[in-house]
Amino acid sequence: MTFLLAVATGALYAGGFYLMMRRSLFKMIMGVVLMGHAANLLIFTLGGLVRGLPPYIAEGQKHLGEHFADPLPQALILTAIVIGFGVNAFGVVLIRRVHESVKTGDLDEMIETDSPEELLK
Amino acid sequence: MNLCLLFPILIPMTTGIVALFFWNHLRIQRIISILGGAGLFGSGIYLLLCLLDGGIPTVQIGGWPAPFGITLAADPLSVVMVLLTGTVGLAVSVQSLTGIDSRREAFGYYPLLHIMLMGVCGAFLTGDIFNLFVWFEVMLFASFVLLELGGERAQLEGTVKYLALNLVASSLFLSAVGLLYSAAGTLNMAHLAQRIPEIDHQIFPQAMAMLFIVAFGLKAAIFPFFFWLPASYHTPPGPVAAIFAGLLTKVGVYSLIRVFTLFFPGSSDMLLFLAGLTLVSGCLIALVQTHVRRVFSFLLVGHIGYMIMGLGLFTPLALAGAIFYLIHDIVDITALFLISGLIQKIAGTESIDRIRGLYRSHPFLALLFLVPALSLSGIPPFSGFWGKLILIRAGLEAKAYVLVGAGLVAAFLTLWVLSALWSDLFWRPEKPDEAAKADQLPEEERGWKGFGAEVALYGPVAGLALITLLLGIFAEPVYGLCRMAAGHLLDPSAYIGAVLGGNP
Repeated sequence: MTFLLAVATGALYAGGFYLMMRRSLFKMIMGVVLMGHAANLLIFTLGGLVRGLPPYIAEGQKHLGEHFADPLPQALILTAIVIGFGVNAFGVVLIRRVHESVKTGDLDEMIETDSPEELLK
Repeated sequence: MNLCLLFPILIPMTTGIVALFFWNHLRIQRIISILGGAGLFGSGIYLLLCLLDGGIPTVQIGGWPAPFGITLAADPLSVVMVLLTGTVGLAVSVQSLTGIDSRREAFGYYPLLHIMLMGVCGAFLTGDIFNLFVWFEVMLFASFVLLELGGERAQLEGTVKYLALNLVASSLFLSAVGLLYSAAGTLNMAHLAQRIPEIDHQIFPQAMAMLFIVAFGLKAAIFPFFFWLPASYHTPPGPVAAIFAGLLTKVGVYSLIRVFTLFFPGSSDMLLFLAGLTLVSGCLIALVQTHVRRVFSFLLVGHIGYMIMGLGLFTPLALAGAIFYLIHDIVDITALFLISGLIQKIAGTESIDRIRGLYRSHPFLALLFLVPALSLSGIPPFSGFWGKLILIRAGLEAKAYVLVGAGLVAAFLTLWVLSALWSDLFWRPEKPDEAAKADQLPEEERGWKGFGAEVALYGPVAGLALITLLLGIFAEPVYGLCRMAAGHLLDPSAYIGAVLGGNP
């Protein structure tokens, strides 16, 4: 299972970077989304996958056993997912506004901020 | 319980929330914003007094003992940064009164400004690496909206670039945090500092260090990662750009300093290499720009190199120099960007070719421009001179001659760029027809006019210029504080002890 998740994480990172390097505005946002998922899945996998071992101290014991499911990475992911959701929602609205104003989804045509002619205004 | 640690976070938060309640009452929002800025500045001073009084203050949030809960801790570096956040926050909130048009004010400019300040202060004060990520996101979110507020075409395009690069940095940072947790089993920075040297793996620490360089380097805009900055910082109004340039990039520098002194101590060739290239490339590209604020943006990038140089050399002198330079740079760059906003307001453009002879109509502005410009170029008696002197001496002591050369070249280039810019803007003779046109330019709509408005426009810049002069004249006590902060960074045992207390 860890191996499968590791491959999935790698694929998500690769896909995210690939999409971000495309020229399309929409693919860029999709790339950001995939990268966020990749980071979350990475933390989840790194937390150590065990089955049926909740982090409770058994009756009569003083401390946890050798192996237990670590709840902290999942708490981290939960936080990161919430933040990522907000950011992605903002991103989608932003590209909509940009598309309305620039009338193109091609990142190579968004040169208003850099082209010398525009800066002379 | 050290309440002094909570004020720098609670004051901007309260300010932001209370300002939200007065959405339709701009006058009240303005008053609240000024009070919040002043309160933040006051809380910075209070925090400094706390530190000088009784060692490093710490708070365990919710009473959970470290390393299990979230810790807030303020070592001298954090305190200095919070104090500077207060200074810049106050200056920017005063200039926003007239520097921001009422259309932007009406859409929640003041709440956003203060929520962003809360994120910045939180990032400086937290002692938990995941919490640092959360504060980064708080700060970024407010900054996305601030950058885009107003919805002009250039602003929207700038925001796309800013958003994309910052989100890449955030997800790399998050991945690095996850990897660190899996290897060290803790998120508390002081605890991590103890655990990381115990990790028995050949390349793991290097890989981590590299991830942090890329993640924070993107935010700090160091050499290969800086292209988003000049593409976005010249699009929003002056005060917004000023707080972005003055503070947000420095949060990245602060995080680099924090991570590389606690987790990966030692001189780093990689950082030195990037520092040298940042210094030269930033200042060289600034030479060929045709837009006032883009000149400043590239100079800002170039001068980040000095701080990275101090961090990379990793001697007591170099780190003290890096912190001195950080203080100088925040004050100076904020002043320069505020001035660029003023020029934009007066001339209606920031294209260097189209602005001439401002000296005739605005001699005071010419003087104000000159102070931070000379300071940034490293002319005594201003603060930039001492910062560069300390760093270059540290470089010579460490026999990093190439890097020292890069530092000197960058200083000369800065002087060249800024003096050329000054004479272009202020001394070039006006074309007769343009001078007549300039007189007829309609005054831009703003909240209030008259003497008070002039004070609100020029006062913050004058204050920051005065601070950079005072930092230069009273360099000795400031250097003492930097030396103390560097001492704490080189030997973090006091920080670790204060955070972990009796339970390591």
